Amino acid sequence: MQAFEYAEPKTLKEALGLLSSRWGETEILAGGTDLLSLMKNYVATPRRVVNLKSIAELRGVAETSEGLRIGALTTVQELLEDRRLARFPALTAAAQGITSPQIRNMGTIGGDLCQRPRCWYFRNGFGLLARDAQGRALVPEGDNRYHAILGNDGPAYFVSASSFGPPLIALGARVRIAGPNGTREMPLSEFFVIPKNEGEREIALHPNEILTDVFLPAAASELRNATYEVRQREFLDWPLATASVALELREGTVRRASIVLGHVAPIPWQAGAAAALLDGKALTEDLADQAGEQAVAAAKPLSKNRYKVQLARVAVKRALLAAAQGGA
Amino acid sequence: MEKILLKLCVNGETCQVAVPPNKLLLDVLREDLGLTGSKRGCDDSSCGCCAVLIDGTPMLSCVALAASYAGAEITTVEGLAPPGELHPVQEGFAVSGGAQCGYCTPGFLIATKALLDRNPQPTLEEIREALSSNLCRCTGYMQIYESVRLALERWQQVPRTAAASPTAAQGSQ
Ligand SMILES: Cc1cc2nc3c(=O)[nH]c(=O)nc-3n(C[C@H](O)[C@H](O)[C@H](O)COP(=O)(O)OP(=O)(O)OC[C@H]3O[C@@H](n4cnc5c(N)ncnc54)[C@H](O)[C@@H]3O)c2cc1C
Ligand code: FES
Ligand code: FES
Repeated sequence: MQAFEYAEPKTLKEALGLLSSRWGETEILAGGTDLLSLMKNYVATPRRVVNLKSIAELRGVAETSEGLRIGALTTVQELLEDRRLARFPALTAAAQGITSPQIRNMGTIGGDLCQRPRCWYFRNGFGLLARDAQGRALVPEGDNRYHAILGNDGPAYFVSASSFGPPLIALGARVRIAGPNGTREMPLSEFFVIPKNEGEREIALHPNEILTDVFLPAAASELRNATYEVRQREFLDWPLATASVALELREGTVRRASIVLGHVAPIPWQAGAAAALLDGKALTEDLADQAGEQAVAAAKPLSKNRYKVQLARVAVKRALLAAAQGGA
Repeated sequence: MEKILLKLCVNGETCQVAVPPNKLLLDVLREDLGLTGSKRGCDDSSCGCCAVLIDGTPMLSCVALAASYAGAEITTVEGLAPPGELHPVQEGFAVSGGAQCGYCTPGFLIATKALLDRNPQPTLEEIREALSSNLCRCTGYMQIYESVRLALERWQQVPRTAAASPTAAQGSQ
């Protein structure tokens, strides 16, 4: 790991003052489970590391008039243990799906949303867009078994790593971001972006900004939500494909459905047409199956990841059926 | 590189070390404090060999900057029982063949200690879940689950104050 200057500011203002306006010069540290890995592999080589841990206002979950405010430093395990989140099995299933209790004890919700992709080309120093010295894309011809099947027209082929992105988007979450000129808010769906050029990031954060809060709208009594994840190993493994769904069930029919796929595209992938298919209908197994089919209709698998299309399709169907039964 | 003067409480003893900001907690424990029980396996948060308790919670010292844990109470495998004695968890592993090459064992002992501190009557499912950050390439896990079961039995027989906290263990030296 390269040498760096270490800072542990006590306030958000102080922390913002320590961040550079250029990517790469400074890095924000939360739980460290991703950043330390990036620094050990020289993918991140900051000259200063700004640790958020002593900034009290970034901690904890609080009830507000509109729902829940989750501080960026809240750990995955704290989310799992918080009874106020029991109404959101889509979110707690994703937290449980981070299949290592020791990672859950360290990793934070802010870090999960801001973590860098696990694409092995990126992690081995070939850049987020994974190109060779001549500028040719490495992924389409290479080992792309874990890469994107949707939103992969290029130049990005990696998949978004965040397991919290899909359920939080399905549940209509917003994020607050603090920067040198004050704070801004946006729907979480706008936080994830597909980079077009090397040097751009996969999130809409500027290098001198800090994600401070996640806002989760209060659950209507008709809300049903669930996440279904497919992975190879039971523990210490990443999902191959996931689906998070949120919908309202009124007198047996579906309203306001939202379906978001994870680990299949460079961003959490909103399957709008599949969700629209459900509107006003009873959620039968047949309908759930059709929604799964629709959700992957536009998939363009790469040479080694055709299997992910079927996994994503089934994940949608099973998430919908789990939601209909009121569970995860 | 400018060093940071760091105060840690390790296995009940307060110590001061001067460390560069890019030094991992794992390396401070092993190199600066001579506590080589915690192991470097994968060096990338995927094996649990480096697990230690930080303020009672099991965490991975290979992805922890030492500088981040100023003032923290850290328990390593060396702190489970006073020298020459065994913690019930260690006894369980020794008797039931929970260790073969032993490289993963400190991490498993720490994860087991953390589990029993929180939940003295875990089900097999809860044991598997609590140990799921830890990999073992020798035992096939069944002996490890059996070790935890035995540890549980012995744990329930021990007067809680003697073995429950590393501080108390140190004090009885
Ligand atoms: C074996 C293994 C399996 C895993 N499985 C999963 C999984 O299934 N799903 C999943 O989602 N994750 C998984 N993870 C990843 C893990 O969840 C993340 O590493 C963790 O959530 C990151 O949180 P952190 O607080 O440790 O982030 P850090 O490592 O501290 O930070 C990660 C990145 O986010 C930035 N950052 C952190 N907080 C903020 C903030 N508040 N504002 C702005 N930027 C910030 C940092 O600068 C850094 O770039 C797995 C990890 C391992 C090792
Ligand atoms: S060495 Fe830390 S988890 Fe493997
Ligand atoms: S005893 Fe050898 S790795 Fe577990």
